[in-house]
Amino acid sequence: MSDSIVPVKEIEEKMDTDKMWVIMGPQHPFSHGLWTLKVQLDGEIVTDAEPIVGYLHRGWEKETESREYPKIIPMADRLCYCASMTYTHLYCMTVEKALGIDIPEKAKYIRMVADEVCRIQSHLMWLAAVGTDLGSYTVFLWSMREREFFLDLNVKLCGARMTTNYPRIGGVRNDTTELFDRDILRAVDRFEKALWDIIALIDDSSIFVSRMKGISFINRETAANIGLTGPAMRGCGVDFDIRRDDPYDNYDKVDFEVPVLKAGDSYSRYMIRIEEMFQSCEIIRQGVAKIKALGKNAPYRVKTPSKVPAGTAFARLEDPRGESLMYLVADGTDRPYRLKVRSPIFTNVSSARLQSVGVRIADVPAVLAQIDMCLGETDR
Amino acid sequence: MGELLDWINFGSDPMANAYYPFDSYNLPFDIGYQLWEILGGTIAWLIDLIFPGNSVSTWLMCDAVSTLLALVVFMLLIFLVAFVSTLIVLWEERKCLGRMMDRRGTMVGMKGFLQCVADGLKTFQKENVVPAKVDKMTYMWTVSLVIGVSVLVLCMVPLSSRWFVVDYDTGLLIIMAFFALAPFFILVSGWAQNNKYSLIGGMRAAELMISYEVPMLILICTTALMAGSFNINDIVYAQADSVWYIVPQILGAITFFTCAVAEAERVPFDIAEAEAELVEGWQTEYAGMKWGLVMLADYMRGSVSCSMFVILYLGGWTLPFIGDGPIPEIVFLLKAYVVFFFMSLIRAATGRVRTDQILNLGWKVFMPLSVFNLVIVLLLMTGGVI
Repeated sequence: MSDSIVPVKEIEEKMDTDKMWVIMGPQHPFSHGLWTLKVQLDGEIVTDAEPIVGYLHRGWEKETESREYPKIIPMADRLCYCASMTYTHLYCMTVEKALGIDIPEKAKYIRMVADEVCRIQSHLMWLAAVGTDLGSYTVFLWSMREREFFLDLNVKLCGARMTTNYPRIGGVRNDTTELFDRDILRAVDRFEKALWDIIALIDDSSIFVSRMKGISFINRETAANIGLTGPAMRGCGVDFDIRRDDPYDNYDKVDFEVPVLKAGDSYSRYMIRIEEMFQSCEIIRQGVAKIKALGKNAPYRVKTPSKVPAGTAFARLEDPRGESLMYLVADGTDRPYRLKVRSPIFTNVSSARLQSVGVRIADVPAVLAQIDMCLGETDR
Repeated sequence: MGELLDWINFGSDPMANAYYPFDSYNLPFDIGYQLWEILGGTIAWLIDLIFPGNSVSTWLMCDAVSTLLALVVFMLLIFLVAFVSTLIVLWEERKCLGRMMDRRGTMVGMKGFLQCVADGLKTFQKENVVPAKVDKMTYMWTVSLVIGVSVLVLCMVPLSSRWFVVDYDTGLLIIMAFFALAPFFILVSGWAQNNKYSLIGGMRAAELMISYEVPMLILICTTALMAGSFNINDIVYAQADSVWYIVPQILGAITFFTCAVAEAERVPFDIAEAEAELVEGWQTEYAGMKWGLVMLADYMRGSVSCSMFVILYLGGWTLPFIGDGPIPEIVFLLKAYVVFFFMSLIRAATGRVRTDQILNLGWKVFMPLSVFNLVIVLLLMTGGVI
């Protein structure tokens, strides 16, 4: 613009074109949950952003210190409503590690299958959110319809839809119910077909693709340095998955691939989650076959002492959103001395500034949908 | 004292009236005129019964007063039909969208049609909230004008050669001019609301307008060129005489349809009220009935967009081989609903485009396409094909 007749710079200085802070949240259609993103706008382009979380802080970690170990299980469900089973599973795993016990094979497989069902539920919830953020209500409703089949599987397994209260310290609450393996295979087969419909709706539409492709690049080093985990990190080219690289339960006994894309843009983070859903279906199939092979009368739970010996233990697992970790300090009583939760979203959301600076305000929801916010675990 | 039938002139010809306001036969005016003949005749007879030989009765039945009061009925009739057809459009979209999204759509009475009534009642009962720090005057008159202009343009669309409000030689241009007014008020309204979302929404409405308005006008001019007139009647009958203009102008029809979606501010071009990032865009601070009417105005604009498409490309109210037919109004509305079905389809299938994308689309795709369409039409016309 140097040879322009209009002195743009001078006019801008004279007109005092301030940048504008727009506060998106906590009651905003794009913030799925109670959080705020302050964005600084220069026209339509975001020049600065600041995520603010903490509106949903319930003192979860402190509350656990006044409860006996088994009574924390239903509380752990409430950490994340989309994938409640993973947090309960993580908590039980941590306590089992502190107790130094090994749980029956069958319980491990059931937990693994339940985890993957939850992963699909959570990813479908994310897909629904991406749909509304990009302006399509059809994607939202179709994803929610598919999610319903997996919620029904939860009901089949343990009687509840979302807050399941199913894993126990030393195993799971009950064996798989009658015909569960048949139903889950049916649901998975059906889902794989239905997911292609949704993919066709999104990927064949240049509007959706152009809203995601080539936007908000994060390179591999940055992703690793700021501590992104989960699909968001794998979409940036970091090849790491706890299920494969530090296997817990029986993940080392099933075959699955960890999708990794090097592009690092919003679209690759989207593709990773879609691919993960297909891989989850594979894991579910193998897990169900293993459960069936173990027979009907295989043990699924061991008795555990109510008091945990003094010491520390931590366990981590691959949450649908990233790496979640619990760190337990036990003092020999029946209540934890301290229980620390590492939430993947709390770390991932700190990359909001990195992701949204430079994009247009219309793309802010589309980009931040790839974080897959879940406030229950973020604020604890 | 005369008989009742002396005062009521059944089947009197409105066109014989000295003050008849139109050039040709107008059905709604005729209905209004006949209604007034019966109603006014009865009133005149009653007055004459009580005060025999007064002059008020004859004054009521004179040409000028009959025309004036028939015009009132005429306006009500035009508005009512336009309003109900908009409600049908609303219902159609809800039902079609429901089926496309694998749900049932609205379910309140009459296959879901009464949902419109329920929505109207609900928004009507809501508190009329006016935020403390808005510019109250501007806040109110802009929204009134957005709604008013939408209603006006909806009523101005003719349903047939006998169902119209005005029959100017520049009718098409007048409708398009009124149609393009709303974004200005949206811009001012976004400014007046003292809300950053509204401000961005209003600016986007202006941004949207500059991207589709020019190609749209070029397309309209192309059609006018083919028909040799800006008069809607002439355009429709020119198509009835030769061929529906969607055949020679298929490119133009597709471009016009996309522009019409943008004109009606519907998905994928609803960037002025993009709810994902701007809450409700320029409508954020409007509550209760104001919001309800703005919503209805959106559908009115959608309905007008479809009607314009039908007039320009689908032969208006005529049918091939049949011509006008007995009820051309129904034919016209049905065609508009079919076009609106495709708008619903687009809404179900796509997401929202970005502001820079729509500017690119408008100037780099629509603009060349519309000019290309014009060139094709010119070649066809000089070649003597049409």
